[in-house]
Amino acid sequence: MTARLAAIAIAIILVAAAIAFYVAGLARGPATVEASQTGGRTAQLTLKTEAAVGPQGSNRPWVSYLVRNQQGEWVHSTIFKVPAHSLVHVTVYQFDGDSGLRNPFLSQVQGTVGGTMRVNGKRMRSIDPEEASHTFAVPQIGLIVPLLGVPEEAPNQCEEGPCHLSQAHQTITFTIRTGKPGRYRWQCFVPCAAGFLAGFGGPMQTIGYMDGFLQVA
Amino acid sequence: MNEPNHLRRIAIASVVLSAIATPIVVAVIAPTLPPGDATNASSGEVFDNTVLLGIVTPIAATIIVFFAYTLVVFRHREDGPQEGVAIRGDSRVHVPWLVVTTVIVLFLAVFGTVELADAGSGGGQGPSPAFKPSGSALPIQVIAQQWEFTYRYPTFGGIETAHLELPVGRQVAFHVTSLDVIHSFWAPKLGVKADANPGVDNIAYVKPEEEESFELRCSELCGLWHGYMFDTGQIVSPAAFLRWIHEQRRVFAPAAKVLPPYANHYFPEPDRRAG
Repeated sequence: MTARLAAIAIAIILVAAAIAFYVAGLARGPATVEASQTGGRTAQLTLKTEAAVGPQGSNRPWVSYLVRNQQGEWVHSTIFKVPAHSLVHVTVYQFDGDSGLRNPFLSQVQGTVGGTMRVNGKRMRSIDPEEASHTFAVPQIGLIVPLLGVPEEAPNQCEEGPCHLSQAHQTITFTIRTGKPGRYRWQCFVPCAAGFLAGFGGPMQTIGYMDGFLQVA
Repeated sequence: MNEPNHLRRIAIASVVLSAIATPIVVAVIAPTLPPGDATNASSGEVFDNTVLLGIVTPIAATIIVFFAYTLVVFRHREDGPQEGVAIRGDSRVHVPWLVVTTVIVLFLAVFGTVELADAGSGGGQGPSPAFKPSGSALPIQVIAQQWEFTYRYPTFGGIETAHLELPVGRQVAFHVTSLDVIHSFWAPKLGVKADANPGVDNIAYVKPEEEESFELRCSELCGLWHGYMFDTGQIVSPAAFLRWIHEQRRVFAPAAKVLPPYANHYFPEPDRRAG
């Protein structure tokens, strides 16, 4: 009888600990990754997008952003810290194919320095909305950057992360001028969540994948 | 001991309190309540609320007097009766009660209908509005999507913008729609609240009357960033509006080239990854 009670108590404790561990993981959220300082008032933020995050994330098949930390390691996080009142140079290595924008208006670059971006070195003001793979958009500061998808016929595509620069990708660069300190949400506007209703569930609704915060401090 | 006429006492006290409180509420408090006078719809809401407060204040005064009187006069006393007088019907109470409540309800029914007929009073009326304002209206399409509003001005080349500006003194017809889930376009200061449903053209009329800024937000829980789906709009002079819209046409010329032709609603199909 005593042994049975002890077994039940241990089982309850283990289940409670598992639930607490899971809830704590949810509450903790992704780590904040700081952009690299490249000068007095400039910083470098380096990101990449992968069609499936793979073993780097807890939802392996989900599309996701990743960020490179100051040690040069790729981190599965979407909370980025950048300096206030500064120029932030952003580089996005885009490994995913296109999905298309719901609203073609968002295919125009908005809010960057000069209103442009560079795709593989070529300056662009907008892209074909059908060829958009993702966006890096911070609506509160008027920033919209559409990310061109990797062409279907491109060789050596990355199906699942971690993706490497030797694989097919687009290199997108742009510069933003940050203002006052604040915590601004960012999101992808392309319905890119494979397997979800209208492409807009799962990673599109989860911080740590296609949504996050830009902490200007 | 002769029982005093409690009904008369309560009636007199209620009338006195109502005579004091009602003018204060109607003339001093009600006009300062939101949403203000930025548009005909918002000032209409202030007027409606003033009328309703004018009706409800005497009712509230009577209830407060009744409760206060009852608590004081009919409180339990050690030497008093253990039970109250048996309550029976009294036509002196019943008839006025029925007459007054009937008049109030009928008045509110007529008043509410008349006010609603004032071009829909800022609410969305669907694709075929029953109540339209006289004269022409500037059409502005409000496009909701997770999680941002954008705006199209079909009379200015169908240009789409990230922010909303309105000219003062000009009737506006908001055509509210959505590209994905159900949203709701709510601009409290404008007195406008209209659901944004995919595949639906929900029309709401409003006439800006004062130059000022206003907040707009989504009022339908629509996903992760629903709480961030807000923006600030501006009511400006007609000349400033024309300058702004022409600047928007210049700035968003690249996007304008790839926009679909203006339509009452859209069925975007980038569903390559949909499950």
